[in-house]
Amino acid sequence: MSSVRVLVGTKKGAFVIESDGKRQKWDVSGPFFAGWEMYHLKGSPADPNRLYASQSSGWFGQLIQRSNDGGKTWEAMDNKFVYDGVPGTHQWYDGTPHPWEFKRVWHLEPSLTDPDTVYAGVEDAALFRTTDGGKSWHEMPGLRGHGSGPSWSPGAGGLGLHTIVQDPKNASRMFIAISAAGAFRTDDGGTTWKPINKGLHSKHIPDPTAEVGHCVHRIAMHPSKPDVLFMQKHWDVMRTTNAGESWEKVSGNLPTDFGFPIDVHAHEPNTVYVVPIKSDSEHFPLEGKLQVYRSRSGGHEWEALTTGLPQKDCYVNVLREAMAVDRLDSCGIYFGTTGGQVYGSSDAGEHWAPIVRDLPAVLSVEVQTLS
Amino acid sequence: MIRVELPYHLRNLARVGVEVEVDVAGPVTQRAVLDALEERYPVLRGTIRDHVTLQRRPFLRFFACEQDLSHDEPDSLLPDPVARGKEPFMVVGAIAGG
Repeated sequence: MSSVRVLVGTKKGAFVIESDGKRQKWDVSGPFFAGWEMYHLKGSPADPNRLYASQSSGWFGQLIQRSNDGGKTWEAMDNKFVYDGVPGTHQWYDGTPHPWEFKRVWHLEPSLTDPDTVYAGVEDAALFRTTDGGKSWHEMPGLRGHGSGPSWSPGAGGLGLHTIVQDPKNASRMFIAISAAGAFRTDDGGTTWKPINKGLHSKHIPDPTAEVGHCVHRIAMHPSKPDVLFMQKHWDVMRTTNAGESWEKVSGNLPTDFGFPIDVHAHEPNTVYVVPIKSDSEHFPLEGKLQVYRSRSGGHEWEALTTGLPQKDCYVNVLREAMAVDRLDSCGIYFGTTGGQVYGSSDAGEHWAPIVRDLPAVLSVEVQTLS
Repeated sequence: MIRVELPYHLRNLARVGVEVEVDVAGPVTQRAVLDALEERYPVLRGTIRDHVTLQRRPFLRFFACEQDLSHDEPDSLLPDPVARGKEPFMVVGAIAGG
């Protein structure tokens, strides 16, 4: 029988939460790495028991942990992330050049086919890769070498590379996104990259055709349609149908189109989920009502999903890494809040219930569907 | 034998108690002690000093013999009681954050 494993990273440790395919009762393990910020945990699609975790601390820096048994035990791997060559500078908040400095790993994306290959998105923005299961990490320098790097500037949370999406039909193609540089695509396995931000409009960018500078929060893809991407930008929900060559706004009737996470239904490529947040000044739901919005038409038309979610006095946030779907027949969807709840729905968002509550602030949620 | 006292999270990471002992051949300096510590516990590499610059991480301090040694040169000698194993070299996490 199938089962589900939810990997939760929080500000004070990691948790592994498991259920059978019914998804009614949940067993919580953890905290692992108690007291550490766990930015992201993710399992290998090629070996579900192989997990990787980004562990960091303002005091002690970055660590990478690996599990070979589905999160029961962990082993510290190499934590040396050194930029290739002379790091150079990017733009600081005040517009001055600022040296590239490694701060932390925001996102770990295991290869679709090889459990020893993992991509790491880091702050200050760069893409690293290991091909030996985390024993060593090397920058893929073509991204920062694209030429626009000196003009990249950080978002409020830093200059982080937070989104890595692999094309399951084209091993040479990958998409990444950086706050606040924008989205990029490689078609040659990471050697060269191009910005894919045409059609994005951001108030703070005076040039509407700017190649970079957009604060992309998250990009999601359905594996059956890799040329169709959905983006939650700082403001605006966007869609491309040509692998990022151009984007169109699909915010439609959303009550606010500011937000962080975005994801796609496991079996319906046009069904998309977002969590609208009031504004970039007030990072909580509108009117204290926690609502997931779903579009079944690839955007434009959205419906609120509220059953089981708090509809008064709720002032949590849902961060960019904190939403994921399972692949069971009735698609499950999960998201974590800065209030420490992880909500789950086993019917594509119709009904919600907390699978755990009162954790530290949730930074990331990933889901593995196990058979 | 040099005694080194580690903060809570680094003890857990290295799976050791409050204090560890390391051998240092030659002059007992900050650099020599930290080199020996990282040699014995590779998981601590990058957690006390930056991997590349080998600079002390900003929120860590070094103390020994009731002295703050955080700003001493890495190659200056540690106090004699540390070199003789009478007093520990202490790696301390700054009291900051929440």
